[in-house]
Amino acid sequence: MNFRSHTPVRDAFGKALLELGNSNPDVVVLTADLTEAIRVHWFAKAFPHRFFQMGISENDMIGTAAGLALAGKIPFVTTFAVFATSLANLPVRLSVGYNQANVKIAASHGGITVGGDGASHQSFDDLALMRMIPGMTVVAPSDATEAYKATLAIAEHKGPVYMRLGRIPTPLITTPESPFNLGKAQVLRAGSDVAIFSIGTMLSITIEAAQTLETKGVSARVINIHTLKPLDSDVILEAARECGCLVTVEEHTILGGLGGAVSEVISCNYPVPIEMVGIKDTFGESGGPEEILKKYGLTARNVVKACYKVIERKRNRA
Amino acid sequence: MNCDTTTQQITLNYQELKDMALQIRRDTIRMISFRGSGHPGGALGIADILAALYGYSMDHAPDRLNDPHRDRLVLSNGHICAAWYSVLSLQGYIPREELSTHRAINSRLQGHPARDKLPLLVETSSGPLGQGLSVANGLALAKRLDGHSGRVYCIVGDGEMQEGIIWEALLTSSHFKLANLTLIVAFNNLQIDGEVAKIKNLEPLAEKLSRFGWKVIDINGHDFDQIVQAFEAAKGEKNQPAVIIARTIMGKGIPFMENDPKWHGACPSPEEAKKALEYLGYASNYSDFPVPEEAE
Repeated sequence: MNFRSHTPVRDAFGKALLELGNSNPDVVVLTADLTEAIRVHWFAKAFPHRFFQMGISENDMIGTAAGLALAGKIPFVTTFAVFATSLANLPVRLSVGYNQANVKIAASHGGITVGGDGASHQSFDDLALMRMIPGMTVVAPSDATEAYKATLAIAEHKGPVYMRLGRIPTPLITTPESPFNLGKAQVLRAGSDVAIFSIGTMLSITIEAAQTLETKGVSARVINIHTLKPLDSDVILEAARECGCLVTVEEHTILGGLGGAVSEVISCNYPVPIEMVGIKDTFGESGGPEEILKKYGLTARNVVKACYKVIERKRNRA
Repeated sequence: MNCDTTTQQITLNYQELKDMALQIRRDTIRMISFRGSGHPGGALGIADILAALYGYSMDHAPDRLNDPHRDRLVLSNGHICAAWYSVLSLQGYIPREELSTHRAINSRLQGHPARDKLPLLVETSSGPLGQGLSVANGLALAKRLDGHSGRVYCIVGDGEMQEGIIWEALLTSSHFKLANLTLIVAFNNLQIDGEVAKIKNLEPLAEKLSRFGWKVIDINGHDFDQIVQAFEAAKGEKNQPAVIIARTIMGKGIPFMENDPKWHGACPSPEEAKKALEYLGYASNYSDFPVPEEAE
């Protein structure tokens, strides 16, 4: 499906759900009082008997979805990321994870760009929390096109999935034609001085940073990690060997998210210098998305600076 | 009996169910004593309900695990699983001799029921309290969506009802009018720290649940006539979920264990276990499960 640039990823998710409603009779959708906010109203209208409004009861919603999945359904549960992963962590761990129930947790408002709502609604730790659950696939699409493909892909995948949908509308970078395979990272730009790994909505600032670096004569490889788990360690190790230093970029705490996951792979296999652009072990605050990104160090400039720093560390080692 | 059932008088030979319940209690004591750990109190208390479920009420058979129309049981208070493993073995789902592996390394019979170890038999893994009713609701919704017959049974403990998710799930069951769901509250008025009524009172529970949109049947959970009538009354309900508040005694059947919260998770000493088995006596239609010789 073709989307216009800056289409919110949740719009693409909602359209993909509608498509799934037509193509797969086992797909059911649950929400916790956030029908339109997560764009499941299109599915709800088209398939009312397969849509369950669960009220403001996220724990119960996750448990109910597990029961539906254990009976053969493919439930998509939808709420904000902070509620799905923090508030309802136990049912996700036990009833979805431990059961390996075929539940798809699709959470919007992942990250800190939820605007004025502030720290209580900002989800800076969801990817880490979900990554720790054995058998949980963790996905974070970067734009509307990818969110559409990811939604169809996780419905096909057998097993529990967490999919983070960011809040801010992002430019289109991926294309309808480019392949989307769960667990396979995408090298979007070739480069040999430094490799930059981006997850979710940070892809556009990462590309912007690579373009800036190019004008300064620095060749940066850009890799889109849409699947945090299982992580594509082949692509990471190839980048470590060929570029000699890495930068990770995430709208998430650097503890246990993309930065943590990439570090685990390289430190055990092929240690090279790494810098992490992300939230530095702190809660956020209210503000406009651009203001927040700037204040918490999540801009193309921050990525460029991290690249210079890590290249310097690589040189000092040589 | 505070039970407004209109079903006909059911005449049954309860001796068979009593005999099964007795063997469940013997197995429970022997499993926990053999391995040196487990939760005897609640397991002894639920034995009669389990015997009546598997021996009378549930539509089930070991060769029908893949039949979507079969009844399902969600054991939300997973710690009482010794009694449940026992009834599974008595009903031919698992070998009798496997009971001696309960809580041992590499065993399918985990300390709390685990679906990854016993797929199909364990409807949902449980242990952390409060989680089962939501899953049972999901199973019941799926049955309705697919037009599958059969009921979903869910057992929760009374202390477990202090968990918030239970009340979310109670709303869900009644909101979606899940008449194919029967909830059983094993109400023995004891939890680890003492009396439920003193720790965080649930009463008047029947009134609360009725106001929550449930058909409520309040019974003596050790009286087979009342248990069977209650299951029939629950099945007769077509517009709302039914809950059976089964007033039970923790440690039932063994005088020195009855009504003492210490036996929630304590293992009897070999002497206590011997005494307990003497109190219980032998079941006429069943024999004790074998234990490995070197451990005797």
